[in-house]
Amino acid sequence: MDDIISLFVRSVFVENLALAFFLGMCTFLAVSKRVATAFGLGIAVIVVMTVTVPVNNLLFKFLLDKGALAWAGLPYVDMSFLGLITYIGVIAAIVQVLEMVLDRYFPALYNALGIFLPLITVNCAILGASLFMVERSYNFTESLVFGLGGGIGWALAVIALAGIREKLKYSDVPEGLQGLGITFITVGLMSLGFMAFSGIQL
Amino acid sequence: MLSLRRWLDRLEPLFTKGGRYENLHIIYEMVDTIFYSPPDVTPTAPHLRDGIDLKRVMIYVVIAVMPAALVGFWNTGYQANLAMQDLGIAAAPGWRGETLALLGLGYDPASLADCLWHGFLYFLPIYVVTMVAGGVWEVLFAGVRNHEINEGFFVTSMLYALILPPTIPLWQVALGISFGVVIAKEVFGGTGKNFLNPALAGRAFLFFAYPADLSGDAVWTAVDGFSGATPLAVAASSGMAGLESAGITLRDAFVGSIQGAIGSTSALACLLGAAFMIYTRVASWRIMAGVFVGMVATALLLNAVGSDTNPMFAMNWQWHFALGGFAFGMVFMATDPVTAAMTNPGRWVFGALIGVMTVLIRVVNPAYPEGIMLAILFANLFAPVFDHLVVQFNVRRRARRFRQVSS
Repeated sequence: MDDIISLFVRSVFVENLALAFFLGMCTFLAVSKRVATAFGLGIAVIVVMTVTVPVNNLLFKFLLDKGALAWAGLPYVDMSFLGLITYIGVIAAIVQVLEMVLDRYFPALYNALGIFLPLITVNCAILGASLFMVERSYNFTESLVFGLGGGIGWALAVIALAGIREKLKYSDVPEGLQGLGITFITVGLMSLGFMAFSGIQL
Repeated sequence: MLSLRRWLDRLEPLFTKGGRYENLHIIYEMVDTIFYSPPDVTPTAPHLRDGIDLKRVMIYVVIAVMPAALVGFWNTGYQANLAMQDLGIAAAPGWRGETLALLGLGYDPASLADCLWHGFLYFLPIYVVTMVAGGVWEVLFAGVRNHEINEGFFVTSMLYALILPPTIPLWQVALGISFGVVIAKEVFGGTGKNFLNPALAGRAFLFFAYPADLSGDAVWTAVDGFSGATPLAVAASSGMAGLESAGITLRDAFVGSIQGAIGSTSALACLLGAAFMIYTRVASWRIMAGVFVGMVATALLLNAVGSDTNPMFAMNWQWHFALGGFAFGMVFMATDPVTAAMTNPGRWVFGALIGVMTVLIRVVNPAYPEGIMLAILFANLFAPVFDHLVVQFNVRRRARRFRQVSS
């Protein structure tokens, strides 16, 4: 139980996908102008990650890993080279389902997210979470917790950035830095704040 | 004082548009408004009548920090003189020794004047470099961008100089304040438009860029070859027993005669400043109360949980309060009106987050013995979100009330 809690805390704060690994930057920078939208995107990412990481974990364990096909009588087959394409396929499918659900039940959020909802498919934070899961050989429970924690961490970061950017509307940024430039500086300063967690051993 | 006003008035035409020193108008404006409230009046409604302007607010903060600074000078000198006594050094080397000799002062740890002046001579160059390096950036930005020189820099420079260790190389002082002023403040448009506390951002930049000069055991006492850990570092490695055997009492820590940054060791002096700022309503008591409550709650919780391997779990809240920069951060850094939350419930939450994070970093994170700096920077990131949530909550509540009334 302790392991699970510490893995959760680590994936939310210490190894924050956005501010410690700088993954998922394109969506992070693009959909962070308004707090309400950022909330929606954050929840979408949490859902997609919590589903895809464990599903990919099962696929890896029972189909792709070396010797994973032993249950089908093929103990020497190693299909891990299919990893990347499989994970992306799973993510794309889940995002498609999520999109249909949002369109049906939360049309406002669906419209606000716009093109960035399908683009979650290629959000590197989500693919990154699946790849970290393989690299660190998490088991099923761990990958579930890691997916949830990583998603929450990314959501927290994007919400905080959106809050800051809403406040920055009242700022007086030099012309050359307006827009993305100042956002990059903001994100850099944010990760300075998240340095508070670096070095925590759990 | 009247002659000063007359002198400034006589100079004014030189600096207004068309005058000989038109380009230097920002500097004239800065000097003028230090001494006098600006003469500008609001031509259109709403009219708000208050004798206190932003510059006055900032000067109040500088007044409030004075007790902490004075105790800090004394303590810096006191620690240095103690160490010199231990090592058998007769006089400080270089210009400091010459100045002290000129003033006819010795190196007796028991003498108030000796300690005060010795410490002040360590603070002075740091402060001068801060003022010059940061001031150049301020003037540059103000000139190019056509705004007035931001009075916030008064406070920033003072606080920044007080949270550095006395032995820090001066070029790092200049580098840190440049980062704080330019990247954390001026690129956003200057005072009131930034989201991170510039003094802390500069300090944190130095902390991560040059850890050897800003942390560890050798930097806190201004004597070569003397190594003295901060009480927090002692407690992190050997627990409360370690503090006891090092001869540090709670009273020492509260008054401030312990190793630490120049001006942030004395909780007592910070409380004096807090009283002044709360009385004049310059700082929010809600933020301070939030920080305090968060710290006490987390410390009590960790005391109750306990740990066999980590001695910091056993440190009680009185010690957390007295040691390190907690009081200084709570009173002067967390209450920065620009980077803190601006709604009243938001202030409570913002403060509590700082208190909780400070204790967590101190106890759980072995990389940093001190936590308040990073805790405040971390809370700065979430302050706008807290405000947003409070406002949304209010909007929703009032909409509901309106529907009830109208139906």
